[in-house]
Amino acid sequence: MKVRDTLENYVFVLPAVAIFSIFYIIPFIWVFQLGMFEWDGISFTKIFVGLGNFKEIFTQDVNWWHSMWNAGYITIIALTFQNILAFMLAWACDREIKMKNFYRVIFFIPPVLSEVVVGMAWRFIINDIDGANIINRTLIGMGLGNFAHNWLSDPSTALTTVAIVHCWKGFGWGFLIFLAGLQTIPRELYEAARVDGASAWQSFKKITLPLMIPIMVLVVILTVLGTMQVFVLIVSLVGGEFAGHTSVPVLRILASMRGSSRFGYACAQGITFGLVLVIISFIQYRFSKKGQ
Amino acid sequence: MKNAFYYKSKKILSNTLIHIFLISVAVTCLYPLLWMISSSLKTQDMIFKDISLIPHQFRLENYVLAWREGGFGRNFFNSIIYTVSVVFGIVIVSSMAAYAFSRLRFIGSKFLFIMFMAAMMIPIPGSFVALYVLLNKLHLRNTPAGYILCMINVGLSTSIFLLKTFFDKMPKELEDAARIDGCSKIGIWWHVAIPLAKPVLAVVIVLNALTVWNEYILALIIFDDRSFMPLQVALQAFQGEFVTNYPLLMAGLTITALPIILVYLFMQKYIIKGVTQGAVVG
Repeated sequence: MKVRDTLENYVFVLPAVAIFSIFYIIPFIWVFQLGMFEWDGISFTKIFVGLGNFKEIFTQDVNWWHSMWNAGYITIIALTFQNILAFMLAWACDREIKMKNFYRVIFFIPPVLSEVVVGMAWRFIINDIDGANIINRTLIGMGLGNFAHNWLSDPSTALTTVAIVHCWKGFGWGFLIFLAGLQTIPRELYEAARVDGASAWQSFKKITLPLMIPIMVLVVILTVLGTMQVFVLIVSLVGGEFAGHTSVPVLRILASMRGSSRFGYACAQGITFGLVLVIISFIQYRFSKKGQ
Repeated sequence: MKNAFYYKSKKILSNTLIHIFLISVAVTCLYPLLWMISSSLKTQDMIFKDISLIPHQFRLENYVLAWREGGFGRNFFNSIIYTVSVVFGIVIVSSMAAYAFSRLRFIGSKFLFIMFMAAMMIPIPGSFVALYVLLNKLHLRNTPAGYILCMINVGLSTSIFLLKTFFDKMPKELEDAARIDGCSKIGIWWHVAIPLAKPVLAVVIVLNALTVWNEYILALIIFDDRSFMPLQVALQAFQGEFVTNYPLLMAGLTITALPIILVYLFMQKYIIKGVTQGAVVG
């Protein structure tokens, strides 16, 4: 009876554990195994190269590090522009103001859309044809016709354009989390500060900012993890790596796998990238602990 | 002299400025979408000439063409089938596991739970390479079943976390009463725990439905046949073929975006709850 009882308990977790083992743990282990081989994905023989793939990444693969830099560039724009905008909007909505809910609903529409839809719709708006290019039309209308050009097919503006569309898609998400955080701050604190004669700026600096630090750290870490791995938006917006101008690590991994059929090398790139992400989040976490 | 009138007009001024700021951002959010919908109702040459948001005449044929000629009807049903089956699978599998982690005692339960949670925090960007190899070996690549199983796995950890947190706070009295009445463990899970967990199940369902409907990378590497593809990947192939036919492409985008916008507008309470709770996990 006792044995049957215990076995019954395992039945509950069995489906979850089985699916998880096959589709998460096995691929996880294989990534590390394959990373040490030279393999085209089809043939029976894999050639063991040890850490050779990693050596190649660190000493020869200029394109890889360039793609890392590109992703870092988009991330820096997301961290500053997107998150500051999100915070300002949340702060504006965290008060007695009309249509608060309306704004909240609208701001979160871009985050629920897929990157494919966002990328293709924006591509249509800002590139390809002059007739429908709203940004250019507005610029011409304002007498700034000199600035009008094909934002996505010019190598010098393509990456920044990607970053701005990425911010358009993502700020609503940061807004929502900041707003949830702001709403946990007790109103009495602001009231007390006002009674004591504190200005709006002083109560923002002395009450809002310190209490929001944990939420800010969370948003920063999640923004970095999410933005560094961006790639679908780039495929749908620019069409691909654009001769390296808009290449990012995930696109490089895909290119190693599908383009040059080097499965082992693709896995090694994946491990390197994963490690970079873990190290960045860890540093941010430690840094925030020290700050507090 | 700063009197009441001064403070009142200062408040009105600052509120007006805040509203101007908020409205301009809201317009920036909506404009591209309205533009997409409006373009999907124009003819190819009107797109270049007529830049008003409301077209002079509505060309609904674009949708018929995208649905039939563009093959979107097929991909739309694929997306629906994948979303429904994955969400159903996640609800059953993760609610069973979460219930066990919260209520049942067995050796290794803590270890298994931590394992699921760890998976949420470790990024493995190259895992799709190994997943591709694995699915090939299992003869599950280029099959709907392979895709559905992979996607169930994607949603497991977050769903187990949300459900376990809920079960932990849920009072045990009803379950005890059912046990005394001779109800089996599976019976209690199905007849007592699941109905009580409806609010959190709604969050799990909506969040996972969004993820599956918008998923791209796994569908890209798993499917070769256009007839199996969900909308997101088919759109990319569609753009390749109809590269200059913008009204048709915009109709395809609208078909893809509209269901998710509608679900969001009706279920936003649950989505917002799920996003704020889900973020706290990380």
